[in-house]
Amino acid sequence: MKRSKEGLAGYLFAAPWLIGMSVFLLYPLASSIYYSFCDYSVLKPPVWVGMENYRELFQDEVFWKAAGNTAMYAVMALPIGMATAMGLAMLLNSKVRGMTVYRTIFFLPSLVPMVSLAVLWLWLLNGEHGIVNELLKHGGIKGPNWLGDPAWSKPALMLTGIWGVGNSMLIYLASLQDVPTSLLEAAQLDGANAWQKTRNVTIPMISPVILFNLVMGIIGTLQVFAVPYVMFPGGSPARSTYFYAMYLFDNAFRYNKMGYASAMGWIMFLVILTLTFISLRLSDKHVHYGGS
Amino acid sequence: MIRLNDIALPGLALAVLAAIAASEKMTDRSNPPGPVRITYWEKWTGAEFDGIKGMVDDFNRSQNRIHVDILSISDVGNKTMLAVSGGIPPDIAGLWGPNVPQYVDDNAVIPLDDFCLEAGIKEEDYIPAYWQIATYKGHVYALPSTPASTALHYNTRLLQEAGITKPPVTLEEMDAMAEKMTKKNPDGTIKVAGFLPAEPGWWNWGWGYLFGGRLWDGKDKITANSADNVKGFEWVQSYSKKYGPAQVQSFKSGFGNFSSPQNAFMSEQVAMEIQGVWMHNYTSLYAPKLKWAASPFPYPSTRPDRKDTTFVDMDVLVIPRGAKHPKEAFEFIRFVQEQKNMEKLCLSHQKNSPLRKVSDDFWKRHGNPYIRLFDRLAYSKNAVNTPRIGIWPEYQSEINNAFDEIALNRKTPQDALDAVVARMQPKLDQYLRRLEMRQKVNH
Repeated sequence: MKRSKEGLAGYLFAAPWLIGMSVFLLYPLASSIYYSFCDYSVLKPPVWVGMENYRELFQDEVFWKAAGNTAMYAVMALPIGMATAMGLAMLLNSKVRGMTVYRTIFFLPSLVPMVSLAVLWLWLLNGEHGIVNELLKHGGIKGPNWLGDPAWSKPALMLTGIWGVGNSMLIYLASLQDVPTSLLEAAQLDGANAWQKTRNVTIPMISPVILFNLVMGIIGTLQVFAVPYVMFPGGSPARSTYFYAMYLFDNAFRYNKMGYASAMGWIMFLVILTLTFISLRLSDKHVHYGGS
Repeated sequence: MIRLNDIALPGLALAVLAAIAASEKMTDRSNPPGPVRITYWEKWTGAEFDGIKGMVDDFNRSQNRIHVDILSISDVGNKTMLAVSGGIPPDIAGLWGPNVPQYVDDNAVIPLDDFCLEAGIKEEDYIPAYWQIATYKGHVYALPSTPASTALHYNTRLLQEAGITKPPVTLEEMDAMAEKMTKKNPDGTIKVAGFLPAEPGWWNWGWGYLFGGRLWDGKDKITANSADNVKGFEWVQSYSKKYGPAQVQSFKSGFGNFSSPQNAFMSEQVAMEIQGVWMHNYTSLYAPKLKWAASPFPYPSTRPDRKDTTFVDMDVLVIPRGAKHPKEAFEFIRFVQEQKNMEKLCLSHQKNSPLRKVSDDFWKRHGNPYIRLFDRLAYSKNAVNTPRIGIWPEYQSEINNAFDEIALNRKTPQDALDAVVARMQPKLDQYLRRLEMRQKVNH
């Protein structure tokens, strides 16, 4: 009797969240599957069109362009971002006076809101008056037109992405501090040098965190939206920065093609699901969990 | 024995839920006493918003049955759309003129024909180009707030420096003058450009009209690659070829925001550009010392029939579908249409009036020395507005992309515009087919 009453109270207390979750998450999720098979403009009842949205998507040049841009961005930004985050974490893990100050400094940029970050980088990377090109000029290099040249717009965006590594850096840092000193000392006694210690002790010990950051990175880079949306209106120049999420947004909110956008959303979901699954599978051999 | 906890916990949980429900009820303010309150969402901020707010205050003071609450809303088109679909739209929305067809096709705004008839608002009262923006498929769906037309703006100081005394009349004259006024730095980069088709970039889609092109046939055919349009974009590309696309790109990247002293025209980096009637407002604010003048945009010497080509645009007031007080909403819209009020509003935005009748006082009090030119241009038979077509947002992004490809010299105008047609024609076909299908479902 008492148990069930407690159970009831539990559900009632959780009810606001449960209701919120069903109304604002499960219901929209489920309906977006349905809408992806419809012609739906939000304002009129959806009309069933079967697979037409999906068929059309696969023949849509801009869809492929946006998907290609996104894949290329992910392939460039993900390894560089992860390496930067891990490298910084390792540096910030060393025992130097005033380390907390350095850690704060390197973490700070990731607290800058996306839109401010985008505007700031618009200034830094300005082709005429930007500080980046000004510095390059001092080094005797003629800087490219980062924002106006289709060949340089994606690398420009990647640079801004590096500013956001603070969060994953922090996660690496926490896991680095969990690497047992006993193991490192044992390796040292066996005559391992710094690189061998990193390679054979540290990296295996933090491998679950690397995997976690990899998966989060895949999700994050494939969904890149806010910064390019502000920095490169309409994916300019010549759609070189038109990413998947931007095309999805335009379809949904500028062209009022909610059905088409829903289909895009589900394709993205499946791609991310597959990539995550693959990375989990591939990592089986390489990731070591301390508990097991 | 029942312990306190047995009742208290579920009781507290229920109380929380009840409180949520109650707060929902308490915030429901459907029928307060006093005048009918209607909401008005407006896109403008800053000085333009103040002008509109003044109009709302005038209206609220003029009678005591209706009270308009105005709210400045960013991205008003989207938010209105979503509010309509959620069943809680504002009573009035201040949209952009080019939005109208899309909103009508999506059933998001209500027709105003009956209201207009009752209030005696007639087509004859308005300059035709503006009336056209307010109507779609034979019905009135919107009425003006403030309109605009465009003309060539030129920097008289730079013109004189280059030894030119008169503004260009034909496009060829303008090209020659632009060349004379262009200055380069010692390293070959551009210091001052005589003219750039991509500046300010708001009418990139429209250069074909200058040569007599159209973007669609008015029914079901996309005509972006017609010979006249190709000529227009070849002219655009001639500037990239002259200056070098990379040079133009890097020069352009140094321009500041439109609404700032670093604006390319105001900071004398570009000597001539196409701009709207509002430009005077901004030059007096950000570059009061700038010496400029306006004249009709030049036409190609081969097409004298394209004289006085101007882009017309208009901010509009609509009543979204599902608005709770459409009658009261129209009462306000009608108030804005009265000549006296409309002139006051247009003066506050420093624009021309959409009405045919204009008082002497309006001309006298208007700050823009070229206001009569902009007014005259609005009557031009070559007044161009955006295609009245529901898929215009998508079509426009396609043309803008083609413009990029052309300006960057990556594609010939013919190829780029062929690609636009190849992409947009099936989309238009599908759009029209689905529109028909949806209408069938609705009836």
